[in-house]
Amino acid sequence: MSTEQQKRPDERDVTTKSNSRVVTLPDDEDQETLVHYYSQMLLVRRFEEKSAEMYNKARIGGYCHLNLGEEATVVGFCAGMEPRDYVYTNYREHGYAICRGIPTKTVMAELFGKETGCSRGRGGSMHLFSLEHRLLGGYAIVGGQIPLATGAAFAVAYRGSDEVVVCQMGDGTTNGGPFFESLNLAKIYKLPIVFFIVNNLYGMAMPAEKGSAVPELYRKAHAFDILSERVDGNDVLAVRNAMRRAVSVARGQHEPVLLEAVSYRFKGHSVIDPDRYRSEEEVKQGRAQDPIPAFAKHLLEAHLIDEQGLYKIDEQVEREVEEAVRFAEESPFPPLESLMDYIYAPDNVESERR
Amino acid sequence: MAEVSFRQALNDTLREEMLRDENVFIMGEEIGNFEGSYKITAGLLKEFGPKRVVDTPIAENGFVGMAVGAAMLGLRPVVEIMTFNFIALAIDEILNHAAKIYYMFGGQTPVPMVIRTPGGGGQQLSATHSQNLEAWFAHIPGLQVVAPSTPSDAKGLLRTAIRNNNPVLFLEHLALYNHKGEVPEGDYTIPFGRAEVTKEGKDLTVISYSRKAAIAHEVASRLERENKLSVEVVDLRSLRPLDRETLVNSVKKTGRAIVFEEDWRSYGIGAEIVATVQEDAFDYLDAPIKRVASVEVPLPYSKPLELAALTGAPELEDAINALAPRRRRR
Repeated sequence: MSTEQQKRPDERDVTTKSNSRVVTLPDDEDQETLVHYYSQMLLVRRFEEKSAEMYNKARIGGYCHLNLGEEATVVGFCAGMEPRDYVYTNYREHGYAICRGIPTKTVMAELFGKETGCSRGRGGSMHLFSLEHRLLGGYAIVGGQIPLATGAAFAVAYRGSDEVVVCQMGDGTTNGGPFFESLNLAKIYKLPIVFFIVNNLYGMAMPAEKGSAVPELYRKAHAFDILSERVDGNDVLAVRNAMRRAVSVARGQHEPVLLEAVSYRFKGHSVIDPDRYRSEEEVKQGRAQDPIPAFAKHLLEAHLIDEQGLYKIDEQVEREVEEAVRFAEESPFPPLESLMDYIYAPDNVESERR
Repeated sequence: MAEVSFRQALNDTLREEMLRDENVFIMGEEIGNFEGSYKITAGLLKEFGPKRVVDTPIAENGFVGMAVGAAMLGLRPVVEIMTFNFIALAIDEILNHAAKIYYMFGGQTPVPMVIRTPGGGGQQLSATHSQNLEAWFAHIPGLQVVAPSTPSDAKGLLRTAIRNNNPVLFLEHLALYNHKGEVPEGDYTIPFGRAEVTKEGKDLTVISYSRKAAIAHEVASRLERENKLSVEVVDLRSLRPLDRETLVNSVKKTGRAIVFEEDWRSYGIGAEIVATVQEDAFDYLDAPIKRVASVEVPLPYSKPLELAALTGAPELEDAINALAPRRRRR
């Protein structure tokens, strides 16, 4: 894999924002897989729109960060690894949880703070977790997940097993100490880990290029002799393929790899952010890169689906999200008697012998 | 029973636990080739190899977080932080991750890890190398904090810490490493949350932990030998969970109490102890509780200034004399 910025087949820089999108469908992809990616992207989109609605209806509390606009990055990321691999993410992780296979209703129930939520209502939007699906947490301290993921990769290497750990983070995270310390540790211990930066161009309101001395974030890996690559985060297949390459290096060679997917955040940092720091023109341009209609168009043009098929998916997704809300609404809150549960894991220490 | 040093007791325990459980490994700065800044890990690299004795770069935030992640997947890391002061660089990993993961994710993944680190000042290391920050950690639900004062307790508590399924801060003390004491043979553990009355007495109670508990024991023993006062000493051993029952019962018996601690007085461990005693033994108190703690100053380098800032046996004895009942109890 090259450590240089990836060019598209037409030699256009993947980060060019002004031109209209081109998504090419490779010939060797089966229809079912491609349509599945579309339906997952749409599911994340509708789930996030519903989350915003439920937040505004005060069903969801705290902070709520959405994957709107980043659906191709989310779906490509999850499609590029295997179910046995471990995932660590930041707090903008609803989509990742869904694409790892956690049922939408369990994710929605967590946002509602219900006992049936994937973290039993203790974590909320920013702290989704499922051991079964190997999503080892959404983390809300920026950069906090990176040393943990590095440690999980250390455990994999220690045991000599062949899982890979993938660690998602935002662009702003790459300016902090935990990021650099973790890259260094992963390299010196030869750990099977993929660091995955979602560069949505903003850390809250700070443009990525203002917060980072190098605006091409994948270049930060060069200082550690870590393979790295930048991909178009609006192209689900490009993201998936880059992930596959990265995961294969991490698994096969026990070497860390870093990917940067360039995407665009359609709305503010969180639901309550009115997004006043970006010009209308810029947001309009960003939204013109919407990965979902572009992918639908190409599915249609390649005759992999027809309008009716798209409509059916739309309906299915709509139903699933409605069902998730119904489940979350009807689920019980954690019982008050359980307030003190889970502070400490049960003890397995034998009794004192002196 | 064999007599061994505090240092040797720790070394033996690490070795025995590594032999017992393949998932136990140790990591930290200079613990391998250099055998530890205070030689606690001497010989372990040679015996277990670099897979299980992991020398880390100077990156506390990174490698403590790495231990948390490894523990999430079922390993049992024992991390050495070279001195307690350096733990500040890793506090996010301890406060926001190690202590939260089991609760915040609804009990799905325990974090079975130990952080060992020595505190203590008094060796002209100045302000950044002489601090006692245990109150920070004892404050946090989700953590367990222990601070033994004898080789025997060091062994029993470290074993419990390693086998425990939660993050444990295991506090050592530079001035205790060469202390010797009887250590029972065999696979013994000491449960957390159990204080020990290390010396019985009638006139007053001194409540302490770590090195100060060792000093309190010496002072109380001397006062008894000199037939001056009968002082009871409670060694907390465990700061979180705290054995309130044992310390309260002791104060109920003697009616007077001193907390002897090496951290700063304001908001320190002693403040919690005093609050506990007044909540649970108010009617038994014959006098206000005293606190003997470090002077509230960043520890200076210059020897006379440093000596003026530290508290020790003389300050404890002054407090005992000031608080003791006028008439000896029979």
